[in-house]
Amino acid sequence: MAIRERLSGNEAVSIAIRQVNPDVMAAFPITPSTEIPQFISQYVANGTIDTEFVAVESEHSAMSACMGSQAAGARTVTATSSCGLALMWEMLYVVASARLPLTLCCINRALTGPININNDHSDSMGARDAGWIQIYAENAQEAYDNYIQCVRIGEHKDVQLPVMACQDGFITSHAVENILLLEDAEVKAFVGEYEPEKYLLNEKEAVSMGPYDIANYYMEHKYQQKVALDNAKQVIYDVAAEFEKMSGRKYGMIEEYMMEDAEYAMVIIGSSAGTAKDAVDKMRAEGKKVGLVKVRVYRPFPEEEMVKALSGMKGVVVMDKAEGYSALGGPLGADVKAALFGRTNAVVLNIVYGLGGRDVRVESIEEAYGRLFAAVEAGSVPFGYDYLGLRK
Amino acid sequence: MKKLTEIRWHGRGGQGAKTASLLLADVAFSTGLYIQGFPEYGPERMGAPITAYNRLCNEPLRVHSNIYYPDYVAVVDETLLASVDVTAGLKKEGAIVINTAKNPEEVLPLLKGYEGKVYTIDAAKISLATIGKNIPNTPMLAAVVKASGVMGEEEFLGNMEASLRHKFASKPEVIESNMEALRVSLKEVKLYER
Repeated sequence: MAIRERLSGNEAVSIAIRQVNPDVMAAFPITPSTEIPQFISQYVANGTIDTEFVAVESEHSAMSACMGSQAAGARTVTATSSCGLALMWEMLYVVASARLPLTLCCINRALTGPININNDHSDSMGARDAGWIQIYAENAQEAYDNYIQCVRIGEHKDVQLPVMACQDGFITSHAVENILLLEDAEVKAFVGEYEPEKYLLNEKEAVSMGPYDIANYYMEHKYQQKVALDNAKQVIYDVAAEFEKMSGRKYGMIEEYMMEDAEYAMVIIGSSAGTAKDAVDKMRAEGKKVGLVKVRVYRPFPEEEMVKALSGMKGVVVMDKAEGYSALGGPLGADVKAALFGRTNAVVLNIVYGLGGRDVRVESIEEAYGRLFAAVEAGSVPFGYDYLGLRK
Repeated sequence: MKKLTEIRWHGRGGQGAKTASLLLADVAFSTGLYIQGFPEYGPERMGAPITAYNRLCNEPLRVHSNIYYPDYVAVVDETLLASVDVTAGLKKEGAIVINTAKNPEEVLPLLKGYEGKVYTIDAAKISLATIGKNIPNTPMLAAVVKASGVMGEEEFLGNMEASLRHKFASKPEVIESNMEALRVSLKEVKLYER
């Protein structure tokens, strides 16, 4: 029986973690993810869960402790934001290459500088090529549902990769919304026990993890990581199908909204997708053939799904909540363009928006579509890329 | 038919405007509505102006932006009337609710020509008389419920009592004083209608 509740995104994810009851959590608090280790340490103190909570002195240590613990054979979780994720950088790659399927709740916040505590995607976008799976949530419900699925996806024997479960800092992490929770027993049965093939505390089989890799093997190991990331896609669909049976809520790599007869599409990630859906409804009522593609899984990139959804469009506007400073546009813009190149004739416009908590309104989304209409009308896109909601 | 009510709270850090928005979300949730309750975060300090928001709707909510055209505005600290544009975007079919000892007519000149209903409530006096402390957000919550009509008074009081019993299970003595603050506020809120 679904439990009707009202929770913030941080509360929702903390309940998901409680229901999963991981063996270890190592974390260092940083706004806006702080509440997650706070709630979990309370659960531990109250004896609600038997997770070992490791308080560390930095995020570099948090990720190091997580790596050691997952390598030992323990199901491990951490949470962080912004500079906290940046301080984990070195270890992110090590964890992925060691094929340790720990989970990280990333509560997206702008990277410093200038110092800013509010939401954008610059933290996790910077980590997009570290070899982790990345899944993004639109609201508290998805943050909860995604986390539960992330545990299964990462641990699957064909995958064995770490997973980052992302949601927008403050916008969803600190906003209280309606949510449907699963029963504790349902979640417990869904995630099952963590049974790694190889682990350090196995006295029957001595293994070494993370040793030096010579030129003769390094490339093969990097290729194996790529294969694991490729495999993740099918596993993501399989886990989603099982989750749908249990919850009634459907998930995939992307979510398409009003795309059936759309001529103009927006591609967007996170909480602004909800705002964009209201904008789409409003513009549809005005007779404009607009649709929306929400990216749920960003790594591995949903290339096939994206091409299928966007082929036949007159124009596509790709929204980036991160400035890539590539001089070419944001990371999502670059990826969507790469996926579409040679496969569609759509005009593709890239817009950077919502940096450092700049509010994204229904009107902002309408303006982005408006710029796309103009680009399609003109038949071309100027060099470079565009900013939305910028004071000049 | 979609029925959406949007409320913006203005207060100062430490006065409980955020808590009031979360309480309103809570009590509206118990009546079966879809709700959002969220503050606008920044470098908060005690006493600095803060804003919090509520969306209450009979259909699922998807928008994740601040509220620019509220149906109702609640001002927890009247000194904000001089420094913050509290009526910005406020619909004239809606209302503003102000915590002040003054009558609605007296605060009108500070409302930049706002044409809708104006409610005042002396939340400081009520909370001091009932709870024994200046906790303006409790009486303000009742005043906002009354002004907005998002739920009936009896339904509101019943839900609040259940929620306070849960919240203060270990301190039952504060439940009655908080309930009294809500009841007095529902009675004393003053309306100015043109």
